[in-house]
Amino acid sequence: MIDSLMSKYNYWMYIVLMMIGFYAMIGKKNLVKKLIGMNIFQTAIILYYISIGVKKGGTLPVLMEGVPHAAAYVNPLPHVLMLTAIVVSVSTTGVALAVLLLIYRRYKTLEEDEILKLMR
Amino acid sequence: MNAPQIPAAILIILIPLMTSYSIPLLGWRWRGAGYYLALLAIGASLVCSLILLYTVLTVGTIHYHLGGWLPPWGIEYVIDPLNGFVGVVVCCLSFLVTLSSRASVEKELADKKVRFYTIYLLLFTGLMGITVTGDVFNLYVFLEIASLTAYALIAIGEDGAPLAAFNYIIMGTIGACFYLLGVGYLYIMTGSLNIADLAKLLPALYGSKVVLVALSFFLIGTAIKMGLFPLHVWLPDAYTYAPSAVSSFIAPLMTKVMAYILIRVMITVFEPSYSLKAVPAGTILSWLAAAAILAGSILAIAQSDFKRMLAYSSVSQIGYIVLGVGLANATGLVGSLLHILNHGFMKACLFTVAAALMLKTGGRNIYQLPGMHRRMPFTMAALAIGALSMVGVPPTCGFFSKWYLILGAIEAGQWVFVGVILLSSLLTAVYFMRMIEIIFLRPAPSGGNESGEGVRDEIPLSMSVPLWILAAGILLLGLFNERIVSGILRLALPAGY
Repeated sequence: MIDSLMSKYNYWMYIVLMMIGFYAMIGKKNLVKKLIGMNIFQTAIILYYISIGVKKGGTLPVLMEGVPHAAAYVNPLPHVLMLTAIVVSVSTTGVALAVLLLIYRRYKTLEEDEILKLMR
Repeated sequence: MNAPQIPAAILIILIPLMTSYSIPLLGWRWRGAGYYLALLAIGASLVCSLILLYTVLTVGTIHYHLGGWLPPWGIEYVIDPLNGFVGVVVCCLSFLVTLSSRASVEKELADKKVRFYTIYLLLFTGLMGITVTGDVFNLYVFLEIASLTAYALIAIGEDGAPLAAFNYIIMGTIGACFYLLGVGYLYIMTGSLNIADLAKLLPALYGSKVVLVALSFFLIGTAIKMGLFPLHVWLPDAYTYAPSAVSSFIAPLMTKVMAYILIRVMITVFEPSYSLKAVPAGTILSWLAAAAILAGSILAIAQSDFKRMLAYSSVSQIGYIVLGVGLANATGLVGSLLHILNHGFMKACLFTVAAALMLKTGGRNIYQLPGMHRRMPFTMAALAIGALSMVGVPPTCGFFSKWYLILGAIEAGQWVFVGVILLSSLLTAVYFMRMIEIIFLRPAPSGGNESGEGVRDEIPLSMSVPLWILAAGILLLGLFNERIVSGILRLALPAGY
């Protein structure tokens, strides 16, 4: 039990992080906190992808003299995919912040329940 | 089969992408440029999509290798009858909706129209990209392009729009992240991201729990994105508060393309014998869909806001599409694909009517519409056609997709779903007939005198022509549904399904 927990600790880390983000997105009333939760959620997934590319004792994924076998290199593909995912996450945050700015200008608050009261 | 490398497969993405960036440049000098450039780019994509569909049907599946890299390593665009069909639907509807958008954008977003059309074309690019790509990660990137632009477009709407857009951002990001996780789980099992390659590698791994988890992540992710019933909460607000031109673009297309992702994952990435039968995903999907159909219809009855009513009716119509997938037989899937086309036309028609009402009256409360048929007779006639089709009255196209779904449900021996479809048709009749009764039969409000109310005040031609093409399309699609089904949709079904 402990063994299986420890040997796959990267997955547990990402699940814990993801749930923290998930809780913030659902449970928090403040819209900025929701946005931060969303960021944590996305970061957890990025972490998960990065961790699956890792190999114990693997070297940089650059072709080197004397290291002919592909198994000796870490897998670079997940990292490259995550570069794209980071760009996506940054732009989502950008759009969300712009929308928050719009909300703040209109209602002068970022608390969800107060906004809902004002909308009525 | 020799794979033809025809450039239309990439131009369908490149033309709108490049045009969207040239709109701000040209719009600097000529502010009206956005509308014409957007129309031109979507028109070009429409031509490309027709070429692609024709080639697919005559020659066979098209593979386009980006940068010359061969499939399992490079990204490839694959067009088979399924996404060739969806591509034509998306392009055709986008073209008509864009054509109709001028007057409404001029009224609601006059000072933002340059930026509006830039983002608008990017959204179209994202939707087309989802349709043509043959790579699950590339699909995620296009999914995010489409979502981000949709958030931005919804946020520029009226009073409640920013909050609706924010809720959509939160929900949409959860959906997209679940999709990404699904991709990650498949990647650690197979080491591949190419859809055709995945389909080849996965059958050996169907016993694995990781593959099962990947499938459920895909399911939940796409279900959030397309607003399947318990996960629909972002949808009504987003559709209601978005600018009219945006809601008539997003409502018919966004959820349909997301439903296409679901179908692609369930049918092509996984084998239907696994994803729909061995795993109870088919059963879960069809029960959720049945709940969506009924709940959407009932909630729609409770609305007095025309756009919100249409939004809830979308929730229920998404249910039909998913039900067809969940029934796990060929007839059901044909019904669901046909409904993607039909519902696209119906919703585009009805949301364009909503845009017309916003343009002419500035309000959209359905109880303020009595006597509107005297003021805008042609628009209201289009509304009536759209409404009849939503209910499913025979010559209109809405009847035929429901027909295939009912046949599919009978074939699967699921009589409950037959009942659900029939009951929901009655409920749909309740809310649309109520509207038709208010518009056509109730006397005009006593405020204006008789002669004053009789004054025609029709919408401009740029709006009424596409509206009438959509309304005529509803009738023609109904009449020629047999040709579409046997000519295209039967070919889109997976082998041995």
